[in-house]
Amino acid sequence: MTTLSTPQEKAELLEKAAVQGRSLWDDARARLMRNRAAVTSMVILGTLVLLATIGQLLWVHDYDTIYRDRVWIAPTLENWHLLGTDAQGRDMVARILVGLGVSLMVGIVATFVSLVIGVTWGATAGFIGGKVDQAMMRFVDILYSLPFIFFVIILMVTFGRNIVLIFVAIGAVEWLTMARIVRGQTIALKGMEFVEAAHAAGVSRTKIIQRHIIPNVLGPVVVYVTLMIPVVILAESFLSFLGLGVQEPLTSLGRLISAGAQDMEPAPWTLIGPAVTMMVTLFCLNFIGDGLRDAIDPKDR
Amino acid sequence: MLGFVLRRFSVAIPTILVIITVAFFMMRVAPGGPFDLERPMPEETRQVILASYGLDKPLIFQYFDYMGNLFQGDLGPSLKLRDKDVAEIIAEGFPVSATIGLFSMLLAIGLGTLLGSIAALRQNSGTDFSVMTFAMVGISIPPFVMGPILALVFGLYMGWVPTGGLDPRYGMTPDRLILPVITLALPQIAIIARLMRASMIEVVRSNYIRTARAKGLSAPAVIVRHALRSAILPLVSYLGPASAAVISGSLVIERVFQLPGIGKHFVDAALQRDYTVVMGVVIVYATLIIVLNLLADLLYGVLNPKVKYES
Repeated sequence: MTTLSTPQEKAELLEKAAVQGRSLWDDARARLMRNRAAVTSMVILGTLVLLATIGQLLWVHDYDTIYRDRVWIAPTLENWHLLGTDAQGRDMVARILVGLGVSLMVGIVATFVSLVIGVTWGATAGFIGGKVDQAMMRFVDILYSLPFIFFVIILMVTFGRNIVLIFVAIGAVEWLTMARIVRGQTIALKGMEFVEAAHAAGVSRTKIIQRHIIPNVLGPVVVYVTLMIPVVILAESFLSFLGLGVQEPLTSLGRLISAGAQDMEPAPWTLIGPAVTMMVTLFCLNFIGDGLRDAIDPKDR
Repeated sequence: MLGFVLRRFSVAIPTILVIITVAFFMMRVAPGGPFDLERPMPEETRQVILASYGLDKPLIFQYFDYMGNLFQGDLGPSLKLRDKDVAEIIAEGFPVSATIGLFSMLLAIGLGTLLGSIAALRQNSGTDFSVMTFAMVGISIPPFVMGPILALVFGLYMGWVPTGGLDPRYGMTPDRLILPVITLALPQIAIIARLMRASMIEVVRSNYIRTARAKGLSAPAVIVRHALRSAILPLVSYLGPASAAVISGSLVIERVFQLPGIGKHFVDAALQRDYTVVMGVVIVYATLIIVLNLLADLLYGVLNPKVKYES
């Protein structure tokens, strides 16, 4: 909170507060806007998203156009190869923009998949409680201790490198923590009076979960989602790096980094461009996530 | 406590069996096989080869054959690398993977605890800010970006360490292992430093620390003997996931730095449908992760007297 210098200001603020009540979300937004790192990150990330969506269409080169006579050109203003070209003579700027778009999309979609599974699983377990809860969370515990990356790799090998499958595979792996968080919150909420009141008024369990539990666990979930998107982007890049992600000529940041790592001796710019893009993206997402956590859950500060 | 260990094993063993079964069948429904070459071989030759590995039988029989051999400790022959047993491949690769993994974990725990504690004790200072920035960098830069960059800078430009993997003539030498170990440890250092900072900040505010200070203990004694002991608990419960993360990280590290560990074999084998090698690595790593998780839980109980294992 900003310090109030005069009693007059204080009075004004009190008056304002009395006139219009501030919801939890208004408060959170105000706190988030004061977090300089988070706001800067949001601006940068917004720019990156615009570049990856619209910029990709407007850029002078296509991501899959091969210029045979322009292999491994260092960054230059000539022909607008601002970040150089790769081993096949494709423009790096165009490829990075497409790769960024794919990585962001995988991040968002796979996070959504895990969000749906995790919230449903956690809310159900927490709300029903008892034996069902124990069995469901035991299942999560067991899955937690599995070497998941191995299964994802086998899965990718088994069903081919399909982009939809990447979403599903990563989403299906990352829902566990979400389920735990939601369950904890649900159990805390279940004891609250308004839930008991709904129960007493004869509202069905499904309705209570939908109308009362899920909206109220949204805060921690939003925070976790922002922190999960970078994790998912990393997971996809990890697979791409091992040669199991999206397929040529489509690309993702992980794939570009993998190719760049192989060519780093003759053409370091093929590594540096995608690597920096990825670092900046992950930085922004992590800062926004941290900022959101501080904003929504102020007791940590 | 013995009851707790037994109970955990009674869950762990079925878990491993399920993992083996799922991995077995998933691998087999994958299109393509280990003997699909670019130039197709005559059908009769193919049948002979398949039969020699028992791959011509119905899948369910293959499964029981495999499990039967497994219980006798036989992981079978590699289908791709001639004249090699899966056990041999794992025995050759494991020392490399284990060395890197172990040193990374030690580095991560040591440095992470130190950095996190320092940041917490100087909360909101310049030191705190730089440690947390470093941690953010560590979390945001994945190993497969860090690895090539470190190799580029220290290997190629500076020439301090050799690039190009292990030299079989000399085996594992420190100069060839240092970059892989650092790369693998960095994200974990970052995560552990963040964990330690958060828990240390909470602990030093508690009453018993104030008591310890009030009775005149020196600052280092208060921190090392009193604060660290309880501040380290969240770190201990993170050890299980951390070891899993290091193991998955090693898949990438071994590829980036061209180290002949089992992670590299696993990816190659999965791509070439070398069923037995894939299964062998999955079994070894799954068992390892489950055992490490159990150890971490036990350690947690030893350090935290509040935890009681009901038998």
